[in-house]
Amino acid sequence: MKQVPDYQVVLIGGSAGSIPVISELLQQLPATFKIPVVLIVHRMRNINSQLDVLFSRNAVTRKVVDTEDKMALQKGKVYLAPQNYHLLFEDDKTLSLDYSDPVFFSRPSIDVSFESAAAVFGPATLAILLSGANQDGSNGAAIVAASGGTVWVQDPATAESDVMPLAAVRACAQALVLTPAEMGKQLQQL
Amino acid sequence: MMVRPVFEKHEMEQLLHMVHHVYGYDFSEYSKASLNRRIQKFMHDKGLMDSKSLIQLLAGDRLSFQFFLETVTVNVTEMFRDPSFYKCLRQQVIPILATYPQINIWHAGCATGEEVYSLCILLHEAGLLHRCRIYATDISPANLEIAKSGVLPLHHMREYTANYHESGGVLDFSDYYTAHYDKVLINKQIRERVVFLQHNLVTDHSFNEFQLILCRNVMIYFNKQLQNKVLKLFYESLSPLGFLALGMKESLLFSEIKSKMSAFESAVKIYRKKNK
Ligand SMILES: C[S@@+](CC[C@H](N)C(=O)[O-])C[C@H]1O[C@@H](n2cnc3c(N)ncnc32)[C@H](O)[C@@H]1O
Repeated sequence: MKQVPDYQVVLIGGSAGSIPVISELLQQLPATFKIPVVLIVHRMRNINSQLDVLFSRNAVTRKVVDTEDKMALQKGKVYLAPQNYHLLFEDDKTLSLDYSDPVFFSRPSIDVSFESAAAVFGPATLAILLSGANQDGSNGAAIVAASGGTVWVQDPATAESDVMPLAAVRACAQALVLTPAEMGKQLQQL
Repeated sequence: MMVRPVFEKHEMEQLLHMVHHVYGYDFSEYSKASLNRRIQKFMHDKGLMDSKSLIQLLAGDRLSFQFFLETVTVNVTEMFRDPSFYKCLRQQVIPILATYPQINIWHAGCATGEEVYSLCILLHEAGLLHRCRIYATDISPANLEIAKSGVLPLHHMREYTANYHESGGVLDFSDYYTAHYDKVLINKQIRERVVFLQHNLVTDHSFNEFQLILCRNVMIYFNKQLQNKVLKLFYESLSPLGFLALGMKESLLFSEIKSKMSAFESAVKIYRKKNK
């Protein structure tokens, strides 16, 4: 019996060492993949790193949207949380931005987006946490799981920086630990 | 996992109703996601565990409400944040403003003044400041008090200096302030053309005609309906060919005034009123 929930959103959070993994995952998304994907990636402040362009080049099937305030989440699209803002989800499935203080020195903060998605999508949330050098994301992962959502964490042994995945495994007992290759395969089955 | 105060969605309406009724501030058209987060933060800071105690506290205590207002209206800001935006103001907008004998500027949602003083520095360097009148407004009296004082924390100055140079500034940034212990005071000369006023974008009207209106990272806290309403207010307050500057991730996309404005520099979200 297959019991995969109908996810309404896939969140991918990461920091140091996560960019190659994200590129790999995006490349593996089949053209038929309809669930909106939201990327929350830590970057240097006030440096205009054109991550959306980089990811778009690598995601064969789709363009990565550099998110602006109040955009609606649409099927088949990938959204990148903009630099210097937190990304939140509204009840009507639009995205809003927030310029409040950084969390764990991070803005966008993975915790903030995970928690906000959990409040709107509950069990229909899939949150994926990748390589990273701080503990942002683990609180949010725990909240996603507590709201009935699903959490995948990159196998710390495969992560360039294992602080983030290790913290998440500690904070969230329900988290499934997967290698990037396994994540890619599982995504294809959604 | 952190223990969070319980604040359910249906309790929001009750709280906002009370706040509107008792204090006259209407937050009903704010973005709920951020509002919810801020309310949770306030409850956490005050050690409140449920909405009943929150409503009780706020209804009976004006001082607590002031603190609530400061928490809910996010007041984070910086000098010369987004250097590319200031570069565009300096190189493209200010030369056009220079053709007016008198220049009216409205800085809406000015928070603690960092953006206003950045703009004043640009106008000063262009030799225009004495011809400008800058109306800097915010909903929060506490923010306006700080902004008016011209006092900023010293520890950000290194970053602000870098931003200033990145935005095309070539002078010695430290000439614009005097440091005193862990604070700096922005020079009087830079501050003297600014009037700070309390103004609520939700309920208050326009009060002049402006050649430039800036409202950055304020409307992200509003829902689309309120954004649209406020953008109409700005449109009506702009002189023909006046400029409107929004935050880097905001746009006119969902607004009615979209067709009546042209994108002057879309990368930094500067728009211009069309000449009818
Ligand atoms: C995040 S700050 C932005 C500050 C500055 N413009 C910047 O971008 O750095 C948002 C500001 O909007 C103000 N604000 C919120 N609601 C408002 C309203 N209804 N009317 C006027 N100002 C408001 C807040 O008090 C706060 O100072």
